Amino acid sequence: MHALEKILANASGQAVVEAGQTVSARVDLAEVNDLYLQVLISFREMGAEKVWDPSRVVFAMDHYAPAPTIKSAANQKVMREFCASHGIEHFFDINSGVCHQIMVEAGLVRPGMVIVETDSHTTTLGALGAFGTGCGATDMAGILATGEMWMRVPEVIRVTYEGSVPEGVMGKDLALYTLGQLGTEIAGYKAIEYSGEAVLNLPLADKMTLCNMAVEMGAKTSYIQPTPDVLEYVRARTGQEPRPVFTDPDFRYHEEHRMWIEGMEPQVACPSRVDNVYGVTQVEGERVDQAVIGTCAGGRLEDLEVAARILAGKRVNKNCRLIVVPASTEILRRAIDLGYVQSLIDAGAVLASPGCGPCLGAHQGVLAAGERCISASSRNFPGRMGSNQAEIFIASPATVAASAIEGRVADPRKNL
Amino acid sequence: MVIEGRVYRFGDDVDTDQIVPGRYLELVRPEDIALHVMEGADPGFSARFVPGSVIVAGRNFGCGSSREHAPIGLRAAGVSCVVAESFGRIFYRNAINVGLPILKCDRIRSAVAEGDTVIVDLAAGTVSVPKRQEVLQGERPSDRVIRLLECGGLVNYVRERIGSGEAKPVPVE
Repeated sequence: MHALEKILANASGQAVVEAGQTVSARVDLAEVNDLYLQVLISFREMGAEKVWDPSRVVFAMDHYAPAPTIKSAANQKVMREFCASHGIEHFFDINSGVCHQIMVEAGLVRPGMVIVETDSHTTTLGALGAFGTGCGATDMAGILATGEMWMRVPEVIRVTYEGSVPEGVMGKDLALYTLGQLGTEIAGYKAIEYSGEAVLNLPLADKMTLCNMAVEMGAKTSYIQPTPDVLEYVRARTGQEPRPVFTDPDFRYHEEHRMWIEGMEPQVACPSRVDNVYGVTQVEGERVDQAVIGTCAGGRLEDLEVAARILAGKRVNKNCRLIVVPASTEILRRAIDLGYVQSLIDAGAVLASPGCGPCLGAHQGVLAAGERCISASSRNFPGRMGSNQAEIFIASPATVAASAIEGRVADPRKNL
Repeated sequence: MVIEGRVYRFGDDVDTDQIVPGRYLELVRPEDIALHVMEGADPGFSARFVPGSVIVAGRNFGCGSSREHAPIGLRAAGVSCVVAESFGRIFYRNAINVGLPILKCDRIRSAVAEGDTVIVDLAAGTVSVPKRQEVLQGERPSDRVIRLLECGGLVNYVRERIGSGEAKPVPVE
C-alpha cells in the first residue's frame, strides 16, 4: 500500500484498502473557515445538536481577516458564538493567519492524520505526511455531526524531480512548471506524491507550496514523504514523537512523471489559466499594476525573506503597488524581528493583515477592469481577484518582488 | 429521474470562481447567491436564465475553490441539471450533497448547441438530443448518488438517518 492508503486503512479500521474502494474514514481534525456559514446551517438542518468531538474541530477566521463587510462580520459573529457554545477551543480569530499555516504552527498537524478542511488548498498538509483534503460545507456538517467522511481511496500519481534546483527557483516554480507540463485535470479524484532529492531537500515552506498547488491539477490530496527536518519540526511543534507512514516498496503508482529541473527558469502562469505556464524570460516586460506576495501559497517566512532580499535598498515602481500578506501572525512577527518587514516597507510595499488577503477577490487589493497583477498566490482564474476584465500572472515570491521593482514581469535572477 | 430542459452551453475549465465570484461568498441565502450565478463566465446569465434549463459544459466544470455556494447558487437559480465532460472533484460531491443533479458525459459539449432541448435520464446516465436524434451515454451515477439526489441532498438524507438511529454521511464519489 501507499502511505496515503495506509492512512485511510487505519482511519477506516481496515487492514488493507485499495484505490477505487469507498471507505468511511474517521477524521482526526476538521477545520471550518469563515466563508462557510453554510456548514452551521447544514449542521442544524441535519438535526445535529452536538459536535462529535470539540477537541478535533478548528475554526479559522482567515478569508475575511478582518471582516470587510457587515455580512462577513455577521457570519464570523455566528461562528464565534457557535464555538463558544460547543466548547471548541481551537478557534483562530482574525489575528491569526491562513488555516493551512496556523494549524501547522499550532502543532495540530502530524504525519498520518486525516485532516479535512472547507478549503480546496488543504492538500498543503501532504508536506507534513498527513492526508489533507478539502470539502464543501454540507460534507463538513456531516463530519461535525458524525466524525466521519466517506471517500474514495485515490489512485496515486508520482511526480519525481531530477537534477538540482537552480538559483532563483523556488518550490512555487516547480509547482507551476509541473502544472504547465501536466495540466489542470491530470489528478482529478487522485493523489499526487512529489519525490526526488530536489523536492525532499526543499525547506518545509516550499514543500507546503508545492503540495498546496496540487489541487490546481485536480488532486484530492498530495504527499511528500516526511524527511528528518520535517519530523523535527513536528516534534518541536506538537511535543509528540511523530509517527510517519511509509509506502511499501512494491507499491505500484497509477502514473509516473519525471521532471528534469536542472537549468529550469523561474516560471510564470499567464492569464487566465494556472497551466498557461512559461519560463520568465518569455514573459519578461509584460506590464503589471499590482504585485502580491503572500497567502497560503507564497507568504511564509522564506518567501518574505527572498522578497526582502530582492527589494532591500530598491523601490517599488511608481506605476505598481506591492501588497505583502504574511501567511500567519507568527511569520509576521518573525519577519519584523529579522528586518524583512522594514526592507519591504522601505521599498514601498504595503502590509495587509495575515490571512488569505486579496487572493479570492474579497478585500485587501481588489483589481479594477483593465488592471494586471502578478501574485504569489495560487489562482489566476478570470475575475479571481476582482474585475472579470483584470488579468493575473502567478509566480514565485522572488519573481513577484523583482516584477514590483520594474512594474513589469521581471527575472528575479538578476536581483539575487 | 428524468429531466428535460433547454441548454445553456459553456466551455472547459469553468471554475467555481466563475460560477460564484469571491466577492459574493459572504452571501448565505440561496436566492441571494442565485442572482450572481455564472457571473464570472457570463455576466448576464442570471437575468437571462430560464429556470428548469440545463447547463452543458466541457471538461473540468467546477474546478478550483471548494465553495458550496457554486452548486447552491445553480440549484437556487433553477438549474435542473449540469451535464459536463468532467467535473472538479469537490464540486461534484458538493452538487450531489445539495441535491443538484449532475451527470458526467463525454462529447456532450460538441453534441449540443445553445438553446437545444435535451432529456437527461439520470438513472440510465443518458442524454438524448431529440433535434439531432442522438442519445449519448454518460457515466451512470451509483445507486447511492441517485438516492441522495432523490432525497434532495445530504442534509435530508442524514436527517432521515438520524431519525432512524443510523446517522452516517454517504459516499458520493
